[in-house]
Amino acid sequence: MLEVIGLSKTFGGLKAVQDASLKVDRGEIVSLIGPNGAGKTTLFAMISGFLKPDSGSVRYGGRDLVGMKPHEICLIGVVRTFQVVQPFANLSVRENIAVGAHARIRSRADALGRAAEIGRRLGMGKMLDQPAGALTVAGRKRLELARALATGPDLLLLDEVMAGLTPTEVSEVVNLVRGIQEAGTTILLIEHVMQAVMSLSDRTYVLNQGRMIAEGTPKSITSTPEVIEAYLGHGAAARIAAQGGGGA
Amino acid sequence: MSERARLMGWALLATVLVLLPFGVTSGRWIDFVELTLFVAVMGQAWNILGGYGGQYSFGHALFFGTAAYIQALLQFRYGISPWVAMWFAAAGSIAVGAFVGYLSFRYGLRGSYFALITLAFAEAFHVLARSLISVTEGGRGVQLALNQDPERAIATFQFTFAGEFLQAYGYYYTILIILLLAYAATWWMERSRFGASLMAVRENEDAAEALGINAFRVKIGAICLSAAIMSMTGVYYVQKFLFVDPGIAYGPSKSVEALFAPIIGGLGTVLGPLLGAFFIHGVGEFAKEAIGAVWEERPGVDLILFGVILILVLGFLPRGLVGLLDTAWRRLTGGRGGHA
Repeated sequence: MLEVIGLSKTFGGLKAVQDASLKVDRGEIVSLIGPNGAGKTTLFAMISGFLKPDSGSVRYGGRDLVGMKPHEICLIGVVRTFQVVQPFANLSVRENIAVGAHARIRSRADALGRAAEIGRRLGMGKMLDQPAGALTVAGRKRLELARALATGPDLLLLDEVMAGLTPTEVSEVVNLVRGIQEAGTTILLIEHVMQAVMSLSDRTYVLNQGRMIAEGTPKSITSTPEVIEAYLGHGAAARIAAQGGGGA
Repeated sequence: MSERARLMGWALLATVLVLLPFGVTSGRWIDFVELTLFVAVMGQAWNILGGYGGQYSFGHALFFGTAAYIQALLQFRYGISPWVAMWFAAAGSIAVGAFVGYLSFRYGLRGSYFALITLAFAEAFHVLARSLISVTEGGRGVQLALNQDPERAIATFQFTFAGEFLQAYGYYYTILIILLLAYAATWWMERSRFGASLMAVRENEDAAEALGINAFRVKIGAICLSAAIMSMTGVYYVQKFLFVDPGIAYGPSKSVEALFAPIIGGLGTVLGPLLGAFFIHGVGEFAKEAIGAVWEERPGVDLILFGVILILVLGFLPRGLVGLLDTAWRRLTGGRGGHA
């Protein structure tokens, strides 16, 4: 469905993403993990048209997304959320979600109706008439998800929708994401919350210092030496192996 | 307030404004309301781009002046009917709006940069109007011939010799019709996909883009609609005063008047510009009267007061008078309000 081939981006002297490739098949939940500053969000920004890569291509449904504008990419079915939530603060929750719904629906009344429906589905039924600026962090994360979902995407790019949430809230959002996937939307997510990554993803990619260092099932990833070293430092893999694989 | 209550409120207000000449016989009061409506239309034009779209223009005189000049020159040079000229006037203003919008939004100019570029364009047109004497008559201005034939009053769109009623109220109804159309358009816009997109762009352009909104196109649409409404005030002005010169057309006073009313009344609301226009003109008249009564005539005292009011509103009423009313309404009803 989505194929990222050899994407690179340099900011001044910093090689944010180097020759990164990944593949997402229809119906999957794929996660992208990696330490802070690994280039995950930059990679998302390039897929969704907010940043232009220096080289490489993003194949989606037979076309190259590189060079397309974010709104064009949204309209062909690829939508991102923002790690730093970007609510329309002075609009109500209902109006916020309706902006997403308008991507496919012209009529205002229908879009507002669709927004309420999606809001309820994501557990925001009571907040529909609140201004988005008054929401808690958890509420804003959910709103970010609801707006993106309202555009009717085929592929949803979720950038840390669980960061900053309490464990209870995380498991709620995990269920929501699972529900979205079951309803037919493919998902690529960036996440630090390992509980979510482990329980949700079919496959996981690991990005470190701009390079893709591992790919596989979430379980196999956690025992890959490169991944352990990326997170815990040089030599960590060897030490863990010496301790008989326990106590990490 | 429910949607229905709001609509009833507008219907009531429109009825009052339509019937006003039958109840109020004082010409001075009608003039006062007429001038206020004129400012309220300019305010709504500005509000569409500034209030709903978040793009603060400091050069809305561009659209007023361009329409005024086209309206005047087509009649003056070619004897074209004012009823035909007004379409060219609107088209001309929209074209200027699209051009300035294209240059600004194409390169992502926002906030004060957009304000400065609109100001610069208004000044550039000011200079052009003054120096292209062969086209615009330069600083002398364009003076249209006064029609004295009552038979041709409607054909010439001039009400000075149009019989007792039109002579007194013709221009009042002209600006009232323009106002009702402009406000209906804004009401419609607020409840349309276009309006939702425009407000989303105002709130957060990146998020709007991510949700499939072509921010560039939406902003161009807003500046064109804004220019179209502003152009009608230019047409009205020329037909009423039969005169335009570079200072009137492109001077900063129209640009400033256009932004005063919505900022004081309430940005991004349909009612705001009208409320703001009545407030500032009411206060202005009152100040002139009161101070004139105590001392002698002091020209400019109303302007000082406007400045003070603007500072107070910006400091204490970020949502303008509409916000104040909204809060009061909530207190009174104890329920949820919702901005008008």
